[in-house]
Amino acid sequence: MSARATAAVPSPDVWRASQARRRWSGWLFYGLAVVSTMMGLVMLGALLFDIFTDGARQVDWHFLSNYPSRIADNAGLRSALLGSLWMLAFTAIIAFPLGVGAAIYLEEYAPDNWLTRFIQLNIANLAGVPSIVYGLLGLGLFVRWLALGRVVLAGSMTMALLILPLIIVASREAIRAVPDSLREGSYALGATRWQMVRQTVLPSAAGGILTGTILALARAIGETAPLITIGALTYVAFDPNGPLDIFTVLPIQIFNWVSLPQKEFHSLAAGGIVVLLVVLLTANSLAVYLRYRMQRRLQ
Amino acid sequence: MNNWRSAPRAQPTADAAAHQPDGFELASSRRDSLRRKLVERSVHVVLFLCAVISILTTTGIVITLLGETIQFFGEVPIVDFLTGTRWTPLFASKSFGVLPLVNGTIVVALVAIVVAVPIGLLTAIFLSEFAPARLRSVVKPILEVLAGIPTVVYGYFALQFVTPILRGIFPQTQIFNVASAGIVMGFMILPMMASISEDALRAVPRDLREGAFALGATRFEVVSRVVVPGALSGILAAVILSISRAIGETMIVAIAAGLQPQMGFDLLRSMETMTAYIVQVSLGDTPQGGIEFRTIFAVGTLLFVMTLVMNLLSDLLVRRYREAYE
Amino acid sequence: MINLRIDTRASDVAVSPSENGQSDVILMTRNLNFWYGNTLVLENIDCDVRPREVTAIIGPSGCGKSTFLRCFNRMNELIPTARIAGSVVFRNRDIYDRAVDPVEVRRQVGMVFQKPNPFPKSIYDNVAYGPRVNGYKGDMDEAVETSLKRAALWDEVKDDLKKSGLALSGGQQQRLCIARALAVQPDVLLMDEPCSALDPIATTRIEDLIRELREQLTIIIVTHNMQQAARISDRTAFFTVAESGAGTLVEFNDTQQLFTTPSDERTEAYITGRFG
Repeated sequence: MSARATAAVPSPDVWRASQARRRWSGWLFYGLAVVSTMMGLVMLGALLFDIFTDGARQVDWHFLSNYPSRIADNAGLRSALLGSLWMLAFTAIIAFPLGVGAAIYLEEYAPDNWLTRFIQLNIANLAGVPSIVYGLLGLGLFVRWLALGRVVLAGSMTMALLILPLIIVASREAIRAVPDSLREGSYALGATRWQMVRQTVLPSAAGGILTGTILALARAIGETAPLITIGALTYVAFDPNGPLDIFTVLPIQIFNWVSLPQKEFHSLAAGGIVVLLVVLLTANSLAVYLRYRMQRRLQ
Repeated sequence: MNNWRSAPRAQPTADAAAHQPDGFELASSRRDSLRRKLVERSVHVVLFLCAVISILTTTGIVITLLGETIQFFGEVPIVDFLTGTRWTPLFASKSFGVLPLVNGTIVVALVAIVVAVPIGLLTAIFLSEFAPARLRSVVKPILEVLAGIPTVVYGYFALQFVTPILRGIFPQTQIFNVASAGIVMGFMILPMMASISEDALRAVPRDLREGAFALGATRFEVVSRVVVPGALSGILAAVILSISRAIGETMIVAIAAGLQPQMGFDLLRSMETMTAYIVQVSLGDTPQGGIEFRTIFAVGTLLFVMTLVMNLLSDLLVRRYREAYE
Repeated sequence: MINLRIDTRASDVAVSPSENGQSDVILMTRNLNFWYGNTLVLENIDCDVRPREVTAIIGPSGCGKSTFLRCFNRMNELIPTARIAGSVVFRNRDIYDRAVDPVEVRRQVGMVFQKPNPFPKSIYDNVAYGPRVNGYKGDMDEAVETSLKRAALWDEVKDDLKKSGLALSGGQQQRLCIARALAVQPDVLLMDEPCSALDPIATTRIEDLIRELREQLTIIIVTHNMQQAARISDRTAFFTVAESGAGTLVEFNDTQQLFTTPSDERTEAYITGRFG
C-alpha cells in the first residue's frame, strides 16, 4: 500500500501546474463574489437614481396638499397621505399592545407544552403568508363578516394582523436580551411576576421593542396589495376624517398613477415614491437611533 | 415611620408569638395578597389571549378562504379548476382552468430565482468568507435597504427602467412582460436569500474550515468543498423561502407583468400571475358574492397552500442544519 | 410553571415552639431533598439557623451550597425542572406550604447575589424598588435614606441619588444591592458569595457591613472563601458531595469549633487542605 502511495505522488512539475490553476480559479471565484455583491448595490443605486431624477422635481407643497385629479398638473397626494396616516395610527394602536403582550407571554409566562409550541409555529408561518392572503382575510372577515365596509379600520385591522408576527419576533428578542440576574434581583425583593415584568424587563427591553415596532409599521406604510384587496379606493378626492371613513393610501395612489398610460402620471408616481421613501427613511433612521441609544444605555 | 430607624428590632422579642413580622408598613394583609393574586391571574390571562391571536389569525385565514372556495367548487368542478388551461372567468364565455395563472406565477418566480439565487449565494459567500468585518458591517445594512423598499416601488422600477432596457435589446418585448418583473423581483428577494444563506454558512463550524486549510486548500476550495456542502440544507431552505416569497409577491407583477392569462414560457410576453389576478378583480367592479368574486378566494387558497408547504419545508431544512451543528 | 411538588410528610415534623425553643431557631430544614430534573442535588438536609447570627455555608464547588441557600426564599422554583421534598420552616410556618405565597416569603427573606445586579435605574429607584412593589405607603425618601445608611453607602451617594446604579463601582453596586434588599425590611438576608466578584478592599467593606447588620437581622452566607467564613460567621455549615453525587450537610457547628476541632474527617480534610 505504501508503494502505491509513493507511486501516486506526482512529479514537481505537475504540482506547479495544478497550483497555478488553483490560484487562478480562486481569484476568479473571488471576483465573481465581489461582482455579485456589487450587483445588489448597483441595482439599489440605479433604482434610487431613476426615481429621484423622475420624481424629485414633482415634490412641492402643491403636490402634498392637492387632491388627486384627472389633470396631472393639479394632482396631489393629500388624501393618500391622510389615509396612510389614519391607517397607520390605528394599525399601531391595535398591533402594538397585542404584539408586545404575545411576546411577554411567550418569553415570561408560557409553559413548555404543545400549546406554546403550536402558537410559535403559527407565528413563524404567519410571517411567511403572502400579504395578499391577509387582504383576502380582511375582505372576508372585517369588510364583509363584520360589515365594516371598505374603511380605515378594516384596513388597520388587516395590517395589524399582517405585522403582528414582526412585532412579536422583535419584542421577544428584546425581552430575551434582558439578563436573568435582573429578573432574580426583582423576584428576591418580593416582586410578583407581573411586577417583575413591568418594572424590570419592559423598561430594559423598551428600546428593542420600539425599534421592532417602528420597522414593522414602516412595512405597513409600504404595503399595497392587502389594501387593494379589501377595497381601499384608488381615487379619493376628500379627507378621510376617522376610522370609519373610506380611504386610500400612499402606495395605492402611486400604483394608480403607474397604471395610467399617460407619461405625466408616471412622473407623479415617481414623486409619490420619493415622498414614500422619505417617510420610510425617517422611520428607519428613528429605529436606528433608538437602537443606538438603547445600546449605549445598557453599557 | 419609626420602624425605618436603623435598628428595627431594638425591643427584645423572645416570645415566639411576638415573632410577627415586626412593624411592617409594607402591605402584607390577606386582602392585599388576594388582590395581588387576582391581578397576576388576570394579567396572565390577558397576555395569553394576545398570544392566541396568532392561532385565531391562522384559523381566520383558513375559514375565510375555505368558506368561499368550497362554494366555488360547488359550481366549478375541482378537477376542471386544477387542470384547465383556459382562465376567462370575467368574460361572457367563462372558463375556470387555473393553470395559466399557475404557469405565469411559476415562470415569474423562476426568473426571480435565477437572478436571486446565484447572486444571493455569492453575496453571502463574499460576506461570510471574504469580506473584512468593517466592510461587511457597511454592505449588509445597505443590502437590507433593498428588502425594505415597498414592492410598488419595484413595480414602477420594472416598468419604467428595466422594461425599456429590455425593449432596447429585444425589440419584440411587450410593454408588460415576465422578464422585467422577474428580474426586479429577484433583486427584491436577494437580501433574504443572502442573509439566510449567510447564516447557514456561518453556522459551519470553524474547525471544519481550519481542517481543510491545514491540508493546504485554498480559500476557494475550502468554500466550495467544505463550507457550501456543509451549509447545503440551509442554502436550500433559503432557495425554497425565496421561491415562496416570489410566488406570493403581488405588486411587481400586477404593475409590470400584465394581466393576460397565458400558458407558455416566453419571457418577453405578458402573463398574469395568481396574485395579479386577485388584484385585477379587487380593482374592478365585480359584484361580491358572485362566482367571479369567489374565484379570488379559490386562487387565494391555492396560493396559500403552495406557500405554506414551501415555508414548512424550508423550516424543516433550517431545523436540520441547526441540529447538525448546535 | 411552578411545578414544585411538596412532600408534606415533613409537616409532621414537630415544629411546636415548646419543643425546640423557637426563639433560638428562625429557619430550619427537615429532610430536605432537592432535584433538578431527575438529578438529586441535595440529600436529607436538616439544619437549624438561629436568629441574629451569621451562618456561613462552605464546601467544594458543586456541593449544592447555592441551591440550598435558594431553598430559603423559594428562588429555586423559578427553574422549571426543580422539585423539592421535605420542609423549610420559617417562624413555625412551612414556607412550601400550599397556602404560602412565595412573594411573601421573598419579602421577609431577602437575597444578595454573587454578581452585583443593580437594575438599570437610578440609585434611588433601585432602593425604592422593593418598597414600591410591596405597596409601601410611607415616606419613600426616608426609607431610601435609612436603607442606604444601613448598607453603609449613604455617604458616598447621597449627593447623586439620581445617578444610574450601574455607574457605581463593583463594591458600591454590591452595597447598593444590599441596601435594596434591606429596604423591604427582611428578617433574614441570604448572601450567595457576595464578594466573589469584588476586589479585597471592597470585600473588607462588605464584611464590615455584615458584622454590623448581624445586630439587626439573620444572615446566611455562602462563601468559597474559608477565611471569610472564619472572619465573619458565628456558625458554619460544611457541605460536600456525597457518594450518591448529591450535596449533603456534613457538619454544622460554631465556626471556631468547626475550624479548630472538626468532628468529621471530611471537614478536616477540606479545611486543612485549603488552609495548609
